[in-house]
Amino acid sequence: MSFKLLSTKKHHLSHEITDKRVFENRRKIIKAAAGTVIASLIPAGVKAETKKYADVPVGPYSASLVSTDYEDVKNYTNYYEFTTNKTDSTVLARALKTSPWSVTVAGEAENTGVFNLEDILKSNPLEERVYRFRCVEAWSMVVPWIGFPLANMLKRFKPTSKAKYVEFTTLYNPDIMIGQRGNVLEWPYVEGLRIDEAMHPLSFMATGMYDDELPAQNGAPLRLVVPWKYGFKSIKAIVKIRFTQTMPATAWNKAGPDEYGFYSNVNPDVPHPRWSQSRERVLGASIFTPKRKTEIFNGYGAEVASLYAGMDLKKYF
Amino acid sequence: MSKNYWRLIKTSVFLFFLMPFLGLIFDAIYDQLGANPIETLHFTLGDWALRFLCLGLAITPVRKIFKQNWLSRFRRMIGLYAFFYASMHFLVFIVLDLSLSWEALVDEVPKSPYILMGLLTYLLLIPLAMTSTNAMQKRLGKKWLSLHKLVYVAGTTAVIHYLWLVKTIDGEPIFYASLMFILLSYRLFNYFKARWRLSA
Repeated sequence: MSFKLLSTKKHHLSHEITDKRVFENRRKIIKAAAGTVIASLIPAGVKAETKKYADVPVGPYSASLVSTDYEDVKNYTNYYEFTTNKTDSTVLARALKTSPWSVTVAGEAENTGVFNLEDILKSNPLEERVYRFRCVEAWSMVVPWIGFPLANMLKRFKPTSKAKYVEFTTLYNPDIMIGQRGNVLEWPYVEGLRIDEAMHPLSFMATGMYDDELPAQNGAPLRLVVPWKYGFKSIKAIVKIRFTQTMPATAWNKAGPDEYGFYSNVNPDVPHPRWSQSRERVLGASIFTPKRKTEIFNGYGAEVASLYAGMDLKKYF
Repeated sequence: MSKNYWRLIKTSVFLFFLMPFLGLIFDAIYDQLGANPIETLHFTLGDWALRFLCLGLAITPVRKIFKQNWLSRFRRMIGLYAFFYASMHFLVFIVLDLSLSWEALVDEVPKSPYILMGLLTYLLLIPLAMTSTNAMQKRLGKKWLSLHKLVYVAGTTAVIHYLWLVKTIDGEPIFYASLMFILLSYRLFNYFKARWRLSA
């Protein structure tokens, strides 16, 4: 790695170029040298050309947010299917094969069956959404996702009037997902939304981020993004979507019913039983920057508060 | 063995135990603390405080079972290292995590039983560190031993602090809780054995 660092420097010194990309590339290599060995060793120039979704247009709800550093988003993930360690997941998730991939659609809908991810992606035009992401562990980041509105996809399956909830299931494969060999959670991971939440224009299905494909540890090839809820609602590596009449039993709710509610809307006024939710550590800020005050619905109250009109949010947490 | 020999060994061990701390400083300078540097500092220092607490509590059982009396020469240093890492852990919490904000402290600490348990652990360690000198040991006499039994309570609250913090209980918190249970059971076993002998 030190060889690469030297050669990069030498090359650019001889041409007397020190543009921003070179600087960033050098910085990445230095970062990678001591941390986990990551794909960032590929020179930035090569990387820029291979960015799969560079031309995807920016969608609504993305204004005025500055994205967190890509390296931080890539190397700080909760993916208990692999490990409870947020950096080891980067390496362990590489074993996951995300192509070919299919999604089973079942339950209260007319158009059920098994769908190839390629076909799903073809029929749903991609856009970019820059969203806040707030983890229940009281840290947050801003991620430019690539994907499509969840409603667009769900409508194609023609849910019936009986469909009151949507249940999502993560891949179960303990051979690859070695965390599933233990029982830190009940596998496979299940998440769910009320149908009106799922159909809300903010609810998003991501297949990429930062103009590129999703890294495995960030939920490739298909993950949910519900920006007004705690991060664990945004289920990764989805293989099944089921429309149900009753509220799905979700993984974290089963693990701790008093700690993780079905709704799990970001709410600074409802503390987790074991810690406060009033503030969050913003990733990427200097270590002397105080935590940011958490906003109700993670700052998306204007868009989603009406979904919960008349509901006691302390009871339905 | 000569005095100089022990001095050399002790200095080496002292420097060795300082390495996790120096490693963190090095990582901080070279921007290698990861995506959440405060958490890395905070958790790593907490881990080391707990490790030194376990190590300190392991000295007596290991010394007695394997008849290695020289081990007791390191007990005070290990105990003070536990206090040092706990102090750094506490400082990172107050200065970096809470940014010295009274408002943040009032907002967050009362809602977090695990933080209260951590603070209690730290409070228990303070009198032990303060009475660790030879002079204090002499002055307190028999009371010194009774006072330093507080470390058993601190060991218990430390593992509870860890168990209450994690989202799902697996690997590491279970490892430390089990280790602490074994180390404290040894004392409990000896205590009852002694009592039984007295009454028999």
